[in-house]
Order: sequence, then C-alpha cells, then structure tokens
Amino acid sequence: MSLYQGIFKRDMHIAFKQKAELVQPLMFLLMVVTLFPLGVSPSPDTLQRIGPGVIWIAAILSSLMAMERLFRDDFQDGSLEQYVLSGMALPAVSTVKVVAHWLVSFVPVLLLSPLLAMFLNLTFDMYVALLLTLILGTPLLSLIGAIAVGLTVGLQKGGVLLALLLIPVFIPLLIFATSAVDSAALQLPYYPQLAIIAAMLLLAAALAPFAIAYSLKVSQN
Amino acid sequence: MLEACSLTCSKRDRTLFEGLSLAINAGELLYLRGPNGAGKTSLLRLLTGLSEPENGRICYNGKDIKHTRADYFSDLLYLGHKSGTNGSLSALDNLNFWLAQHDIHQSTEVLYRVLETIGLVGLEDVPVRYLSAGQQRRVALSRLWLKPAKVWVLDEPFTALDSKGIYLLENLMKQHIQNGGLAIVTSHQPLSENAGAHRVFDLEYRF
Repeated sequence: MSLYQGIFKRDMHIAFKQKAELVQPLMFLLMVVTLFPLGVSPSPDTLQRIGPGVIWIAAILSSLMAMERLFRDDFQDGSLEQYVLSGMALPAVSTVKVVAHWLVSFVPVLLLSPLLAMFLNLTFDMYVALLLTLILGTPLLSLIGAIAVGLTVGLQKGGVLLALLLIPVFIPLLIFATSAVDSAALQLPYYPQLAIIAAMLLLAAALAPFAIAYSLKVSQN
Repeated sequence: MLEACSLTCSKRDRTLFEGLSLAINAGELLYLRGPNGAGKTSLLRLLTGLSEPENGRICYNGKDIKHTRADYFSDLLYLGHKSGTNGSLSALDNLNFWLAQHDIHQSTEVLYRVLETIGLVGLEDVPVRYLSAGQQRRVALSRLWLKPAKVWVLDEPFTALDSKGIYLLENLMKQHIQNGGLAIVTSHQPLSENAGAHRVFDLEYRF
C-alpha cells in the first residue's frame, strides 16, 4: 500500500511544482464560459437555458488540455519504464495516477462551479444538479481520458488525436448531464439521469484501470 | 543465470534479429556492440521484459520471466536512454520517490553519500531540469548504488559523462561483477580495462 502512496505523493508533488499547467486549463474554462454572454446574448433567460451545456462543454474541452499531463511527462522522461519494472500492479498504479489527476484538475473545477453558475444565471436547484453531475461525471472524464492518453502517449502531436478520440466518447455523458440540469430547472426529478451517469462511472471504475494498464504496456513496445 | 532462447524481434517490417540466443552467468559482464539501428536497445528491452519478443523466451534462473516477473524485477536494474527522472523534482526527491516505488529502504544519509560519490554535492535540491546533461545522467546512475540488484541492464550508460564519471562507473561495474552480479552494457565507446574482464557480443545490422 505504501508503494502506491509513494506514487500519489509524487504526482501531487509534481503537480504543485508545475502550477502553470494546473492553472491554464482553469483559466481556459473560465474564459470559454465568459465568452458566451458576450457572443450569444447577455439576456438572463438565454443564459439560463444554455448555461448547463456551456459549463459542461467548457469543462470537457478544458479537461482535454489537462489530460495529457497524466502520462506524457512520465512517458517522455522514462519514469513509466521504471514503473513497469518496479513490479507494481500496473492497473493499481494507473488508478492512483488517475485519482491524483482528478484531484488536481477537476476538484478546482468543482470549486469554481458556483462562480460559473452565477455567470450564467443558474437557479439554486439547477446549480445543485450541475454540481452533482460534475461530481459524478468528472471522474468518468479522467478514467476514460486516461485510456486514450495511454494509447496516444507515444505519438508525436498526440494532442489533437486525443481530442478526436475522446469527444465522441463523452457525448452520452454530456447528454445525460445537461438533461439532469434541465429537469432540475423544471423542478422535475433528475435521479434517473444521475443514476445513469453513476452507472457509467462504476463501469469505468471497474474496467478502465485494466484498459489503461494495457494501453501503457502497448505504448512501451 | 540470464538466458535468451532463439529471440526474434522485428520493427516496422524489418527483422532486427532472428533466432538470437545468449546466456550470461553470474559474475559476467557482457558488452553488447553493434552499429546504430542493429537492435541493441530492442534486445535490452526484451531482456528486461519491457517488450515481448515475437518468438523465443527469456529465462532467469531457469524460469521464464513472463511467469516470474515480480521476482525478476526485484533483481533487475534497467537504465535506458531516458533517465527516468522528472525534471521539476530535485535529485533527492527523484531518488526518494524511485526508492519508494521499488520498495527499497535507504536512509537519507546513504542518499547524500551516494550523491556525493557521484559528484552532485550541493545540487541535491536543484530541480533536475536545471542540471547539465552529464549531471542528469549521474542522477539516473546513482540508482546503481542504491538498489541491490543482481542484474544490471545499462543502455549507453556513458552518454554525456565526463572521463571521471566514466572511470567511476567502470569501476563500479567491475565491483558489481566481482560480487557475483551480472551486467549487460551497450556503448559506442570501447570499455577500458577499468571495467575488468568482459565478453563482447556483436549484433550485426540486417537489411
């Protein structure tokens, strides 16, 4: 267990040494969201209607920027080779890295979300629904994203390919997340949508670590 | 102790080697030579189990390493082209985290002593990215002092090292061999007599 704690500590340590890489995706998220009132319409009703979708799309796009950090440095500097040769279980290593990555890239988004909700004139009910979908949905982004990062890490300029691979996969999540917030706006129950996102998360949590481990192994060849 | 039986490896439709067999015993230093692109690194990666051969198998102590990965890895130290150190962490942090991953317990004094031996006094807390290429290589090499591994697989360990560094490393290899370890080394510069007796294995470039 302490082996995996070591990886966690290392990743957190590195993340806080590279603050720019932490802050940039957040700034990007903030800017994309502020563009909508300027570009679409500043009317509170319009903003309220498009708000949930805007926040989710911005979160997905900014997550793509932060995603590569997950394995890119470790692959390029050879740390990944040393992980493989340490004899630790690669699925467990991947899980620890994904958790660390989620904590540093998505928890700030959760903290920022009240501000975003205010920008876009979301009601309190809508905000609660949005927060719940973000809490359930962002770990899913991390888990699925990590598989794609593992596959593209050995490629030059894998960034665009990463986006092309991932965006279609995130569509169901986007649909259910925004639909949950829409239901909340109409004072309807939104548990079914949350349950579906939670089911997707559980499935990913069970299977993704093995897929990530395999993709990392393939990229070593 | 380490045996490779009829290995075949191809990269991008070019066969690097076919039916390659080789055995290295404890107390032996194997110096792997060959022109660029002959497949030295590929062979080393096969021997470490990082990649899998198309054909053939690799045995350590008579057992296929595919089935005894954990045992093999605890006896193995591989240093590749890539240093395996993170540029934003200091030498000390890099080594500490690496030791934790490999479940090796060394006191901080030992770490400082090793960094002193390797010539990094005063640079322990500097992020590795600010060190010169040779110093970064030294950080990676300091693992040789820290992990009590029997099998050393070193891919171009002399790159970027100055003559003092080369002398230090060759002596360390000699000591390792005398203590009953085994090592496989690739290098484009010949090993000097400091490295002790060694067997040369030539890998030819195939079209």
